[in-house]
Amino acid sequence: MNVLAQDPALETFVLNMGPQHPATHGVLRVKLVLDGEYIVEAEPVLGYIHRMHEKMGENRTFAQFMPNTGRLDYLSALSYNHGYVCAVERAAGIGVPERAEYIRCITVELNRISSHLLWLGAYVLDLGGFTPLLYAFDDREILLDLLEGVTGARLTYCYFRFGGVYNDIDDDFVTGLKGFVKRMRTRLPMYHNLVTKNIILRKRLEDIGFITPELCRKYGATGPVARGSGIDYDVRRHEPYSVYPEFKFDIPVYPKGDSMARYLVRMDEIEQSLRIIEQGLDKLPSGPVMAEKVPKILKPPKGDYYHAVEAARGAFGVRLVSDGTNTPYRLKLRSPSFSNLSLFAEAAQGLLIADAIALMGSLDLVIPEIDR
Amino acid sequence: MSGYFRDLLDGTKSLAVGLGITFKYMVGPVITLQYPHQTLPMQPRFRGHIDLVRDPETGTDRCIVCGMCQKTCPSGCITVAGDKVEGVKKKALTLYTLDFTKCSLCGLCVEVCPADAITFSKDYNLAGRSREAYVFDLKKRLEERKG
Amino acid sequence: MSVHPDVARVIGYVVGTIAFVALNASFLVWLERKVAGHIQRRIGPKEVGPFGIFQSLADGIKLMSKQLIVPEGADGLLFRLAPLLVMIPAVMVYVVIPFGPALVARDINMGILVIFAFASINVLGLLLGGWGSNNKYAVISATRAVSQNVAYEIPMLLTVVTLVMITHTMSLNQIVAQQPTIKDWYLFPWNGSIMLPIGFLIFFICSMAETNRAPFDLGEAESELVAGFHTEYAGMGFGLFFLGEYSNVFVGCALASIMFLGGWQCPFGLYPGVHWMLIKTYFLVFVVMWVRWTYPRTTLYGLLNLSWKVLIPFALLNLLVTAALLKVF
Repeated sequence: MNVLAQDPALETFVLNMGPQHPATHGVLRVKLVLDGEYIVEAEPVLGYIHRMHEKMGENRTFAQFMPNTGRLDYLSALSYNHGYVCAVERAAGIGVPERAEYIRCITVELNRISSHLLWLGAYVLDLGGFTPLLYAFDDREILLDLLEGVTGARLTYCYFRFGGVYNDIDDDFVTGLKGFVKRMRTRLPMYHNLVTKNIILRKRLEDIGFITPELCRKYGATGPVARGSGIDYDVRRHEPYSVYPEFKFDIPVYPKGDSMARYLVRMDEIEQSLRIIEQGLDKLPSGPVMAEKVPKILKPPKGDYYHAVEAARGAFGVRLVSDGTNTPYRLKLRSPSFSNLSLFAEAAQGLLIADAIALMGSLDLVIPEIDR
Repeated sequence: MSGYFRDLLDGTKSLAVGLGITFKYMVGPVITLQYPHQTLPMQPRFRGHIDLVRDPETGTDRCIVCGMCQKTCPSGCITVAGDKVEGVKKKALTLYTLDFTKCSLCGLCVEVCPADAITFSKDYNLAGRSREAYVFDLKKRLEERKG
Repeated sequence: MSVHPDVARVIGYVVGTIAFVALNASFLVWLERKVAGHIQRRIGPKEVGPFGIFQSLADGIKLMSKQLIVPEGADGLLFRLAPLLVMIPAVMVYVVIPFGPALVARDINMGILVIFAFASINVLGLLLGGWGSNNKYAVISATRAVSQNVAYEIPMLLTVVTLVMITHTMSLNQIVAQQPTIKDWYLFPWNGSIMLPIGFLIFFICSMAETNRAPFDLGEAESELVAGFHTEYAGMGFGLFFLGEYSNVFVGCALASIMFLGGWQCPFGLYPGVHWMLIKTYFLVFVVMWVRWTYPRTTLYGLLNLSWKVLIPFALLNLLVTAALLKVF
């Protein structure tokens, strides 16, 4: 027998996946130790797009940090705007008019749908199917046009303000949105027929890439990743904020914990977001969209504040330590993708490369948000 | 064994359904826009880079050189300078440059401006060969727009 | 001085075949981009020539004008040899394909055997290319391609053996001659064995897998292995892999239409000729593309499961049933 083959350490080899790799969607690097195609060890290496957002927050006034929040997770920028303005409003004690709260919820849910649509396309692309990506972009394009009409930007919205929103929504937006909701309800069955029920996709996702609830708790995974493992946790329901208690919506939970469970959670969330949007449009009150008497220069009282929101990828938290000046003393951003990625090393052990790609895609990572 | 055949049958059916959907879209209409030949109108609220607003009465800018935009800008990409001019009450604008390489198009400057002197342009086809090409002299742009 | 007619004939065939392979491949690349475009609700290439038909020629010129880079640490000989090993057999098989009653370079009575013998060399090219380029992605991809080819040649050849048992000949032209109209096609169960439609399906799936086409494109799974065995290839080295793939797709579909759909014979007995062969083949090529742009990719074990648990049992059953039916009737 070959002497080399007797040493198990010499049977494995290291494969550097990334920082430039089609499946890592950005500049994530994963160091894989492989035995053939089986993964013995996977080590995510972060930091390639670290931009010191937290430190920038300490050096800027509260308003000046607003554009940064949209650049953490460029796919659901509004959720991050929302988390930040909520934290600052809590710190400075600013009230928000009801109409503004409704507009916030509607646009955030829209943004969640657009994020999930992009995830769907990119995920199927990871699995080798090209066409669903273009179909998802078709729907997403309508959404982005709607959001652009209101906010003025397509990705990095910077739409919310302390005490309200920047622009009021108009009738064009409302009618466009109603049309979109109707259209999306016919498109979802199409996605299920084309993608979800496809035997090739099912064979690739079902019973593959298990994440146990224990693993989720160990690494603090939230959002669809946790809900796909049977953990019924959603910030919108368990720590309600804004006007979410006013809406009736379900929180999809799938107990199985495989890639398919996480896939289905996101597909169901699109439907639930449509429900929230519909109710929001029905209940939309009239009134101002900006609170009066918001001081030009914010100086929140000394203290330690925290506010979490449910972003498309999980719980996004902002911890704000104020020392009474016009810049925060410390601004800690708790980003969901970072926790969700952390469990990848453990969950990917023993998988084939192809299955690890399916697992990584089902975590729905956005790299700039991981590094911040 | 029955599971094997059911799997086979369901699988084949799902594959056929998928082919049907893509075929339907293939013979359906094309939805893309042939970009350089066709363009969409820009949304009225589109946030491009900033531009000075022309005052219809005076025919020149409305800037009062308060420097709020410069102070508010998170990226420090605006430089404003003004001078006292004989006979005019307000300070007159002599220089307004925007370093577009740093601008993040957040719109805080437009929001904060007390004189409504700046607005968003609708330019999005921006291409250049040097960094300097993106340091815009907005006052000059305003004058050029006149002609 | 006159050239011996045999020599002129050989030269004519060589030039004709190579020209056909190259033009056909560039046409297929264009067709694929158009099909993909329309499936995805866009229009595909449109700028170069009418409907963008010259797009792939322009791409070809670009590829040819590029430097063939041999990466450091690569095995120079194998690295340069691999694209040729893919391309040459892909051209060689055209020698025995009957495009029309007389439009065949060499009508050998072992035509099928020749095609499969040459088609098997293809995988050697992939293996050498992957092995020689000193790249881990390429090595993984090469091993995948080999196990895939081994798994899919068995059901493919089993189906072909079944068909040859019915036709009593391995000459492609004679197989075509046996199917003058649509009711004589070997696609239909009344022409020898009730299992023939399943045989066609098995053959078609296997030919897709043999040519590394999606959903079986494990060799170049770009979301997993970047570009697979041709990760390190630039310029025409990559171009030859590409040409080889498309000409293999064409050969696979041509074989399917010869063996099961009557080749150059008209389905209604009118005007048989090369146009019928091309119509049938391009239709099958279109189906291959349609499939590619609809499904996600399988995994290696999914692919092997399909081969060993579904295709091979059914191919064997096909063989047994056909043999029994031939013996009885």
